[in-house]
Amino acid sequence: MTGTIETPVVAERLVKRFGSFTAVDDVSFRIARGEIVGFLGPNGAGKSTIIRMLCGLLRPSEGRARVAGFDVAREPERVRENIGYMSQKFSLYTDLTVAENLRFFGGIYRVPRAVLPERMGFAVEMAGLRHRENMLVSTLAGGWKQRLALGCAILHRPPILFLDEPTSGVDPESRRRFWDLIHDLSADGVTVLVSTHYMDEAEYCNRVALIDRGRLIEMASPSALKQHTLGGDLLVVECEGMGTAMAALHEAPGVRDVAAFGNSIHILVESAGAALAALPDYLAGCGVRVTRIEQIKPTIEDIFVQMIGAEARAEGPRP
Amino acid sequence: MRSRRLQAVAVKEVLQIWRDPISLMIALLMPFMQMILLGYGVSLDVKHLPICVFDREASQNSQALLKRFQASEYFSIVAGFDNYRDVTRALDRGLCRLVVVVPTDFTERLTDTGRSAVQALVDATDDNTANIAIGYAQAVVTGFSSTVLIEASALAGSTVAVLQPIAAQSRVWFNEDLESRNFIIPGVVALVMALVGAQLTSLTISREWERGTMELLVSTPVTPMELMLGKLLPYFAIGLLDAVFCLAFAVFWFDVPFRGTLMTLFFTTSLFLTVVLGIGYLISTGIRRQVGAAQIGLLVTLLPTTLLSGFAFPIDQMPPAVQAVTYIVFARYYVTILKAVFLKGSGILDLTAPILAMIIYAGIIAFLAARAFRKRLD
Repeated sequence: MTGTIETPVVAERLVKRFGSFTAVDDVSFRIARGEIVGFLGPNGAGKSTIIRMLCGLLRPSEGRARVAGFDVAREPERVRENIGYMSQKFSLYTDLTVAENLRFFGGIYRVPRAVLPERMGFAVEMAGLRHRENMLVSTLAGGWKQRLALGCAILHRPPILFLDEPTSGVDPESRRRFWDLIHDLSADGVTVLVSTHYMDEAEYCNRVALIDRGRLIEMASPSALKQHTLGGDLLVVECEGMGTAMAALHEAPGVRDVAAFGNSIHILVESAGAALAALPDYLAGCGVRVTRIEQIKPTIEDIFVQMIGAEARAEGPRP
Repeated sequence: MRSRRLQAVAVKEVLQIWRDPISLMIALLMPFMQMILLGYGVSLDVKHLPICVFDREASQNSQALLKRFQASEYFSIVAGFDNYRDVTRALDRGLCRLVVVVPTDFTERLTDTGRSAVQALVDATDDNTANIAIGYAQAVVTGFSSTVLIEASALAGSTVAVLQPIAAQSRVWFNEDLESRNFIIPGVVALVMALVGAQLTSLTISREWERGTMELLVSTPVTPMELMLGKLLPYFAIGLLDAVFCLAFAVFWFDVPFRGTLMTLFFTTSLFLTVVLGIGYLISTGIRRQVGAAQIGLLVTLLPTTLLSGFAFPIDQMPPAVQAVTYIVFARYYVTILKAVFLKGSGILDLTAPILAMIIYAGIIAFLAARAFRKRLD
C-alpha cells in the first residue's frame, strides 16, 4: 500500500516556467508520512504552482517529483488516485446539493458502495452540515463550503492531501475548526501539504516552507526557525516619531535589523538585556520619546521579513 | 475505463441540466419552436398566388379564360381593373404578383387566325416565385386553348376524333401531393438535432472552466474518456428524445408520410447524434468561455445545416464549387437519409453510401474528441 511510504512527497529541483517568467525556481524538499507542512509566502510567490505540479495538473519544466511513489509527470493518474486536492476557490458544484456533491466525488474516486453512506455521513458530520444534506451548495456560507470541500477531498481516504489556500476568505472561527480537522487527519497518518498566506497559521504546522519569488528560502519547524534563523533577540519599540526613530535605530550599537510593524518597530538585537538598558537613553538623545520597549517572542512573520531582507541584501538589487 | 466514474459524471451532468433553465429550454422547448417555425414558415409552394385581371374585351371567351385562372388552385383573383394605371399601381403596391391582361381583339383574332395571345405582367422581385407563376399561367392558358380546339372541331362537325398531341400523363412518386412541406420537414428534424446537440454540448466543458470546477476534475483520477462519455451520454438520450418528438410532430401534426422503419431512423439518428455531440464537445474543449463556445457551436452546425445540407435548397442546383463543399457538411448525409426514409421508405441497405459517409465522419470526430481534452491546466 502506498500509505506506508515513509516519504510520500519528494521534490527534486523543480522548475516551472511560463514563457520567460520563472514561477518556481529550483525547489527541492521531502515530506514525511503524517507530517503537516505549510507553504508560506505572499501571493504570487509560487506556492500554488508547486502544489499543482505535485498533483500532476502542471508539468514541471525541469526537475522531478514523486508523490505516493509515482512520478507526477509520467504517472499522473496513479498520483491522483492517492491524493486529495482542494484549491483556492471552493471547488464544489454549487448547483448541486451537499449530498449530490459527496456522491459525485464518491463515484469519481470509486469509494466502495458499501462504505459510501458511512463516509458521506462522516463528511457531513465533519463539515457540520447534518440536516443540510439537501441544500444547494450555492446557499451555504463560506466556512461550510470550505469544510465540505475538505470532506469531498478526503472521501476516498487519500494518504496525501494537498490544500491550496484552503482558508482564504474564511472567518477566524472557521479557520480554527478547519485546522483542528487537519490535525485529526494527520494523527491518522495522512500527509498534509497546505499553502497559506496567513502567517499565523504556520504555528499549526510541523514544518513550514518559506517561499518567495519562486524560491524555497527555508524549511524547518516553526520553533527551529525562530531560534536559529533570527540569530538574536527581538524587541518591540513604540514611540513618537517613527521615522526619526527608525533612522536612529539603524545606527544604534548592537542593533542588527529594524522593521516597521504597523505602529510599532521590531528590532533585532545581539542581546536583549544590554539593549533594554542602553536604547531608551540613546533614543532620548536622538530626540525620540519612547512609550514602550520590551522583548517579544518572534512570530513567523518576523522570521519571514528578516529572511527575505537578508536574501535581498545578499543578492544585491534585483534588475 | 471505469463505469463507476462514467456513471458519476453522467448523473452529475443530468442534475446540472435539470437545474439549468437555459439548458432545459434548449433541450425541450427549442425542438418544438423549430418545428413550428420551420414547418409553417418555410414553404416553397406557389399556391393561391394573388393575381389581378384586366379584361379589355369582356367577352364570353375572355371570361371563360379568366374563370380558368380563378378555378386553378395556384391563383386567386383579388381584383379586376379597367386601365393600365391601376394595374401598374397594384403591382407596385404588391397587391398582386401577376396581372393577366386580355387584349381587346382576343376573340376576333382567335376566330380569324386561330391564334391569339394574352399578356401576363409579373412582379419578378422574387424570381423563383415569378418563374413558377409564369409556368402555372402558361399551363392554364394551354389548358384553355386545347378546350377551344376541341370545341371548334366539334362545331365544324368533324367526326374524326380530334388529334391531340401526345399527352404526358405524369405521375409523381414519393411526394404525391407535391407538397414542399413533405420535402422540408424531414430536414427540419436534422436541423433540430444539430442545433440542440451542438448547443448543449458546446457548453458542457466550458462551463467547468468558467466555474473553476475544471481544476478539481483534472485533479481526480477520472480519465478523459470517462469524462467525455459521461458528459455526452445524457445529451445523447436528450437527442434521441427530441428525435422521437420531432418524428411524432412531423407525422401526426404535419401529416408528413413516414414510410421507412423506425429501426433505420434510430440507427442513422444515433450516428448523426454522435457526430453532432462530438463536434459540440470538440468546440467546448477548445473554447473556455460558454458564450464563445455557444456561438461557434451555432456557426458550425446551424449555418451549414440550413444552407448546405439540401434541407430546403436542393444541392444539385448549387454551383459545382458549392456542391463540392457540401460533401464535408455532415448534415447533408443525414438529410438525404431522412428524406429517403420518410418519403421513399428506404432501408439501411438502400442508404449504404450516406450511412458509410456518416460512419467515417463519426469515427473521425470521436477520435478527435477523445484526444481533444488533456488533463492538464497548462
